[in-house]
Amino acid sequence: MTDTVREKDEHSGVETTGHEWDGIRELDNPLPRWWLWVFYACIAFSIGYWVLMPSWPGVSGYTRGLLGQSDRAAVGKALSDLATVRGAGAAKLKTASLAQIESDPELQAYALQVGASIFGDNCATCHGAGGGGSKGYANLRDDVWLWGGTLEDIQQTLTYGIRSGDDQARMSQMPAFGRDGLLQPAQVADMTEYVVALSGRKAAAAAVTRATPVFAEQCVSCHGPAGKGMQSVGAPDLTDSDWLFGSDRASISSQIHNGRGGVMPAWGNRFSPETIKALAVYVHANSGQ
Amino acid sequence: MTQVAKPGGGSLDGPILLISTVFIGLLFAVGAAMSDDPLFQLQAYIFVAAAVIGGFSLNAAMSGGLLNNDASKYMDGVVRAGVIATMFWGAVGMLVGVVVASQLTWPDIFYFSDFGWLNFGRLRPLHTSAVVFAFGGNALICTSFYVVQRTCRARLFGGVLPWFVFWGYQLFIVLAAVGYLAGITQGKEYAEPEWIVDLWLTVVWVGYLFTFLGTIWKRKEPHIYVANWFYLAMIVTVALLHIVNNLAVPVGLLNHSSVPLFGGVQSALTQWWYGHNAVGFFLTAGFLAIMYYFVPKRIGRPIYSYRLSIVHFWALIFIYIWAGPHHLHYTALPQWAQTLGMTFSIMLWMPSWGGMINGLMTLSGAWDKLRTDPVVRMMVVAIAFYGMSTFEGPVMSIRAVNALSHYTDWTIGHVHSGALGWVGFISFGAIYCLVPWLWKKDRLYSNNLVEWHFWIATTGIVLYICAMWVSGIMEGLMWREYTPQGFLAWSFIETVSAKHVENIIRTVGGLMFLSGTLVMIYNLWRTVRLPSVETSDALSAPLPAAA
Repeated sequence: MTDTVREKDEHSGVETTGHEWDGIRELDNPLPRWWLWVFYACIAFSIGYWVLMPSWPGVSGYTRGLLGQSDRAAVGKALSDLATVRGAGAAKLKTASLAQIESDPELQAYALQVGASIFGDNCATCHGAGGGGSKGYANLRDDVWLWGGTLEDIQQTLTYGIRSGDDQARMSQMPAFGRDGLLQPAQVADMTEYVVALSGRKAAAAAVTRATPVFAEQCVSCHGPAGKGMQSVGAPDLTDSDWLFGSDRASISSQIHNGRGGVMPAWGNRFSPETIKALAVYVHANSGQ
Repeated sequence: MTQVAKPGGGSLDGPILLISTVFIGLLFAVGAAMSDDPLFQLQAYIFVAAAVIGGFSLNAAMSGGLLNNDASKYMDGVVRAGVIATMFWGAVGMLVGVVVASQLTWPDIFYFSDFGWLNFGRLRPLHTSAVVFAFGGNALICTSFYVVQRTCRARLFGGVLPWFVFWGYQLFIVLAAVGYLAGITQGKEYAEPEWIVDLWLTVVWVGYLFTFLGTIWKRKEPHIYVANWFYLAMIVTVALLHIVNNLAVPVGLLNHSSVPLFGGVQSALTQWWYGHNAVGFFLTAGFLAIMYYFVPKRIGRPIYSYRLSIVHFWALIFIYIWAGPHHLHYTALPQWAQTLGMTFSIMLWMPSWGGMINGLMTLSGAWDKLRTDPVVRMMVVAIAFYGMSTFEGPVMSIRAVNALSHYTDWTIGHVHSGALGWVGFISFGAIYCLVPWLWKKDRLYSNNLVEWHFWIATTGIVLYICAMWVSGIMEGLMWREYTPQGFLAWSFIETVSAKHVENIIRTVGGLMFLSGTLVMIYNLWRTVRLPSVETSDALSAPLPAAA
């Protein structure tokens, strides 16, 4: 054990504490004044803040603070301020019909703002920031509609969703022709050629001939004799160049095999009816109509 | 010290550890066979593999006489292993950081649809845990084992216990990392591992506490050095935080998942009491301990003020523990609790800066070393980053500031100025000191490479945090912008797209920091391969003769 020997540090002229560990010593400098005073100032600030604002808990409740400030009250005020700002537009949106909204330029501009705001944070996740869609998610910027593109159709789809589990949801199910054995693998391959031919592309003629009676038997009930589709059951037009699940042969074959159907949530239980109306107007306008 | 261990064995710690290892291995083998939960089986198989490897290694070490507990020497093997582990996990953790930064920057390119375990959601906790717990934790354990021996003039307590702590901790890291990739998480930030891994870490950490306390207990110095107060505060508080935040009821003894004991806002408050003090005690107190030993040791000057070290130590540990609620401003947490979290964070400013003052002022009389010794410069810049982020923290805890900064990249930048600048650089500085001391070299292989490391990494940090300030404040402003009609002006995805350039700069900054680390690893490897010198000063292994 070494005894405590206080020495004077040559450089600073300050005494050491006399302790030493592995060659490390400590100077006996006082606390820096500025450090101490800033520390006191921070404590004083905190005490002042406690006096003014909600702070210390007690047995029941907490000290409310002299300013009487409350986050809860502040939120209430912010919401009522917002109602004032939105004012007339919000009230009109509640009562106006979809057609009335579109024919009133001022109200339509307001509805488009609501729609854009709601679309960006809810719909863009699947349909893309501009509504351009992607594989498996419909493009909303064109005039191709699976379930109908009138204002009322869009409102219906938004409110109840597609295959969402809601009682009034848009509902249909394409059979998984390959997976469930309704068609043999060779027939799926033939049908793939047939669908390629439908969209006006070059396809193997023999396969198309073999698939023709199968199409008439299995597919026309939804896609129609000419493959033009049927919006009442969400069956897409197979003759155009718009493809939900991909246009190449592998994608088409996979769709015939698996019969996938996309799901869109029912938004009616999340948004108010006027919000849905605004969204319908926005989607409708966004598609160039 | 009356007990003298015989060479080649004679003490019971090795056999006891071997029996425990075999027992744990068998327990998990049976568990894996009985469980129908594949994720539990995965964890159990890792335990079984670790027990088999550990058991055979321990047996070989005992029969080879490697476990002789020669009390006349410092126990440095475990410190050397810790240095290697620190650098290894550091490189891994930083690499994963660069990958997740790339995923945020180029989501189309760095999206691996066939490998779900490489998704951002799995890799992000892997990155944070790898740098905080694997890199930072190993740095703390190995430096503390070195420092406590030197400043107590005593060999590490516990015979084979320090080795158990080291390997047990590596097993914890592997279990946690594999678990994250496989999808095991309890969804608490920095506390993602599930109950089995939590229990294992508790066992290891208690072993660490015993090793450290036991070494202090048998010290040959009259006083306990300030670095050891900080290490001990870190070890004790982390144990407390870890246990309370992970209180949970397992779904089943053969199931990997659990249900937390607290729910709702209580759970959130407990989590951020834990999360903030993981920063406070793991990343602040622990690394202040590193600073308090390696800075004065390297520059050969006394600590500036003993009184300041006492006052700021107690102020720091007393105030830090209350600051957690500032992570939950404007949430379901009652406003009074937010007030207290904010004010305690403000009061924390000066106690944090006490460490900075003591570190920087210790250089008085040796400022020229900033120019001549890049290792000193690295540690001093670490202290500067420490000062900056411990000022930024209280500012961000002010509710009005937090309303802008919360959930934005500003927070990410703040964390990284602390993690890269402070934790990273002070650890690098310590390891640049340790490697020549531990491997008995008279110098590093190349001071020039240290210069390169310093400048590449410093530039990387500056790029990183500036990019995050810009993108954080920008997205904060975008989130709160309303149109005149009272609608949000920007959708979330638009605020994400707006950050693309900053995300690129951040990725480049992170890549530069990683590159610096790789330069360091090369430099250290070449240092180890230098011819050894017989050192006769106090740095060599034998203890000074007891008085």
